[in-house]
Amino acid sequence: MKLSLPVFLRLFVLALLICFLVRPDWFEPVFKPLTQNNAPVIYNHGSLLTLTLQHLRIVFIATSAAAAVALALAILVTRPIGAEFLPLSRSLVNIGQTFPPVAVLALAVPAIGFGEKPTLIALFLYGLLPIFENALTGLTNLPVAVVEAARGVGMNERQRLVKVELPLALPVILAGIRLSVVISLATATIGSTVAAKTLGEVIIAGLISNNLAFVLQGGLIVGILAVLIYDGLSAVERMLARRMGLSVARAA
Amino acid sequence: MIEIENITKRYGDAEVVSDVSFVVEPRTVTVIVGTSGSGKTTLLRMINRLVEPTSGTIKLDGRDNRAMPAYELRRHIGYAIQGHGLFPHRTVAQNIATVPVLLGWEKSRIDARVEELLSLFQLDPAIFGPRYPHELSGGQQQRVGVARALAAEPNVLLMDEPFGALDPVIRAKAQDDLLAIQKRFGTTIILVTHDMEEAIHLGNRIAVMDEGRLIQYATPAEILAKPATAFVETLIGAGDRPFRFLSLNEVGEAVEPGTAEGEALPVTVTQRDALAELLWSGRTALPVEADGKRIGRVTVEGLIKRAARPA
Ligand SMILES: Nc1ncnc2c1ncn2[C@@H]1O[C@H](COP(=O)(O)OP(=O)(O)OP(=O)(O)O)[C@@H](O)[C@H]1O
Ligand SMILES: [Mg+2]
Repeated sequence: MKLSLPVFLRLFVLALLICFLVRPDWFEPVFKPLTQNNAPVIYNHGSLLTLTLQHLRIVFIATSAAAAVALALAILVTRPIGAEFLPLSRSLVNIGQTFPPVAVLALAVPAIGFGEKPTLIALFLYGLLPIFENALTGLTNLPVAVVEAARGVGMNERQRLVKVELPLALPVILAGIRLSVVISLATATIGSTVAAKTLGEVIIAGLISNNLAFVLQGGLIVGILAVLIYDGLSAVERMLARRMGLSVARAA
Repeated sequence: MIEIENITKRYGDAEVVSDVSFVVEPRTVTVIVGTSGSGKTTLLRMINRLVEPTSGTIKLDGRDNRAMPAYELRRHIGYAIQGHGLFPHRTVAQNIATVPVLLGWEKSRIDARVEELLSLFQLDPAIFGPRYPHELSGGQQQRVGVARALAAEPNVLLMDEPFGALDPVIRAKAQDDLLAIQKRFGTTIILVTHDMEEAIHLGNRIAVMDEGRLIQYATPAEILAKPATAFVETLIGAGDRPFRFLSLNEVGEAVEPGTAEGEALPVTVTQRDALAELLWSGRTALPVEADGKRIGRVTVEGLIKRAARPA
């Protein structure tokens, strides 16, 4: 791959992020002007690197679960036997999205207590819709001639799904996962209000002690992670789509 | 042998195929012609059960085609779909290998077969095998679609306008290749086309469809000589009829004793091509040769007689 300017920029940002997570003290001068009264410049209640990894872990688990469930649901309702569940599953998934994550946390904590679990549930519910809708779009807008050919060569239903329909829908499904990941990355910060270990801690600590530098550090890490992951997944989608001769992924 | 018995297909109130019956002899080419929307594709797809008929039965070698699971049946019937339908996420080689893979052939046998078919269709296996379908021209895609249909050496091959996207030169070549393949493997072919010329060239028999009904099912010579209805007559095209008639036979059958000036015609050219050559060269007679020896001559007068409607 040629090291074009956009690629170089991304690598540079990634390197910067890693540097910051490993040696935050190097960046003290940058954040210094944002603090007052000799308050600590760099977040000091724990390692930023550990928090970031924990943040990513929560997002990863929640999105994987959402992807598995949403995809299974989309596959089910696009088969002849599951077609009648389409409206029902659509509304269920929509409720998941319209219900604010904060409300989910407020409801979940009394039931299952503080910690990681309420956050995982909130992110899982919130992440279902984009993946489900995209998988549905992908699996129902397949080129007619290709689906016919898959039947014509004698593939059974499972073979058609695995060998033709899913691979063809993959770029669109990935686009849904990408949206879901990015939403979850940002939303996970509120998990800190119920004692989940996420980068929200840094932001909240900054708000409580009126330390703008903390707020900015938490926000920047989340933002940069989101941009890089969004970018990376987009690149994978483009590559897949290009290989199939589709100009751009039909992202929703 | 394919026996189509009283096949009818209805979509709602519309009868798309109406009570069609005919028998396709083994190792022959049957061409279905008709205007757009006359039910050709629907009829073809009922043979491999991509469409289930409303009533009637279809038997392959005496067995009802509903005797086995549909996907099983389709693995043994080649199907070249209208508009090729190649899998865009698989390479040309993988596309062609589809049915052999489903049938569980050994890898070495599959590779050999893919290579053989690509070469047969004038596509260099080293260049085209690893390409993706969108990296081919329309005509190349169509040939790959036919190659995929032939891959598992099916006894029966269904082809829906397989040569539609080809230019006249490649098209003629592809038609001759198809006939060669058909002879070599003894495949029974049912082919759909809009093109009467193609039907006459390829078909041992022609089935003419109009608005879902089978109007005539006969040899090309019969169709040309005795079109069953005015519709068939229009399809043939009155202006081309005598020439199409001449195109059915080789010049060997029109040889007369005697000699003539000019370049000799090979005995295997069609009578139409012989007439064209005569007209173009401005002569009334040309010599005919077989195996390098002159066996007589062909005359404009003689060919004109043969082009006349048979009594
Ligand atoms: N699934 C379907 N539902 C309803 N009507 C259909 C369906 N499939 C085909 N038809 C109708 O059946 C008729 C015959 O279609 P078919 O595809 O067999 O025509 P064709 O002879 O192959 O035409 P062409 O030469 O344009 O390919 C058309 O009027 C078409 O609209
Ligand atoms: Mg058709």
